[in-house]
Amino acid sequence: MADEVLFDFLHMEMVSHVYKEQRSSKGELDSKDRAVCVSILEGMGFRVGQGLIERMTRDSPSFKDELDMMKFICKDFWTQVFRKQIDNLRTNHQGTYVLQDNKFVLLTQLSSGKQYLEEAPKYLAYSCGLVRGALSNLGLESVVTAEVSLMPSCESCNIA
Amino acid sequence: MSRQSNRTTDNKKMNSELFTLTYGALVTQLCKDYENDEEVNKQLDKMGYNIGVRLIEDFLARSSVGRCQDFRETADVIAKVAFKMYLGVTPSVTNWSPAGDEFSLVLESNPLVDFVELPDNHNVLIYSNLLCGVLRGALEMVQMAVDVRFAQDTLRGDNVTEIRMKFIKRIEENLPYHIRFF
Repeated sequence: MADEVLFDFLHMEMVSHVYKEQRSSKGELDSKDRAVCVSILEGMGFRVGQGLIERMTRDSPSFKDELDMMKFICKDFWTQVFRKQIDNLRTNHQGTYVLQDNKFVLLTQLSSGKQYLEEAPKYLAYSCGLVRGALSNLGLESVVTAEVSLMPSCESCNIA
Repeated sequence: MSRQSNRTTDNKKMNSELFTLTYGALVTQLCKDYENDEEVNKQLDKMGYNIGVRLIEDFLARSSVGRCQDFRETADVIAKVAFKMYLGVTPSVTNWSPAGDEFSLVLESNPLVDFVELPDNHNVLIYSNLLCGVLRGALEMVQMAVDVRFAQDTLRGDNVTEIRMKFIKRIEENLPYHIRFF
């Protein structure tokens, strides 16, 4: 059983590696390069999310509806992947859901407040991919974005 | 209701799977980025090193292990405390060299390779090479220069996973001159 901290370290190193690789071939990173880094990380998360959700829901009965799936993501999926539940779920009942995590586990070690706010997206890309991959294998096509206004709290917005 | 009682084990297992699946995604990405497997092995080692130099602090903070007196003690701590704490497996320490500066860690099962199969065109790839970097980086932070490599790998057809560790030298602490105490 791998310890939780291994994932934290591996994730940090993955992010660092992806950005370093882009930087070494391009010099300074412009916004397009940053977008490439984000999409690489997001893509990795997507495949892992697909695999994880299959393992998690192997023995569960199928979900009643979209909201039921989102509740599963907020409770079981979030607990097993990010070690706590989502703190707040909002929806417009038309396919947009906002998941709020006030102490996102991958941001808690970075800062609490506004410091390093501009670095936060790097550390959220993989997780957005995880969620999108999970939803994808539950049958929901979505766009998952994340917003941070105050560390370590983040909001993930899924548009299914 | 039976799900409640299994919750903690499930969580740990899920975290474990998150780690192994993430590692798999990383290796896949590296294979895509670099044309040859030698380069991928090197990158994995480098990344492992960066993780190791941080992991040692977590290890020292969480285990109550003191300074090791010799390389044999180091080997035992790595196998019985560190591997157990982080990967949940305890390798056996064997194949000591006569000089006592080289040994093997033998794992019946390698948690990193759950769900993994190597396709045929990747027989130079050392999938778990991150581990070598981690061990090297961690030990460097406690003043030991070591050489770590895989001697056997279940992914490449061997029965067990064997990591060979060789002590190279003690690293002198490089304190700036104005901090040394005489």
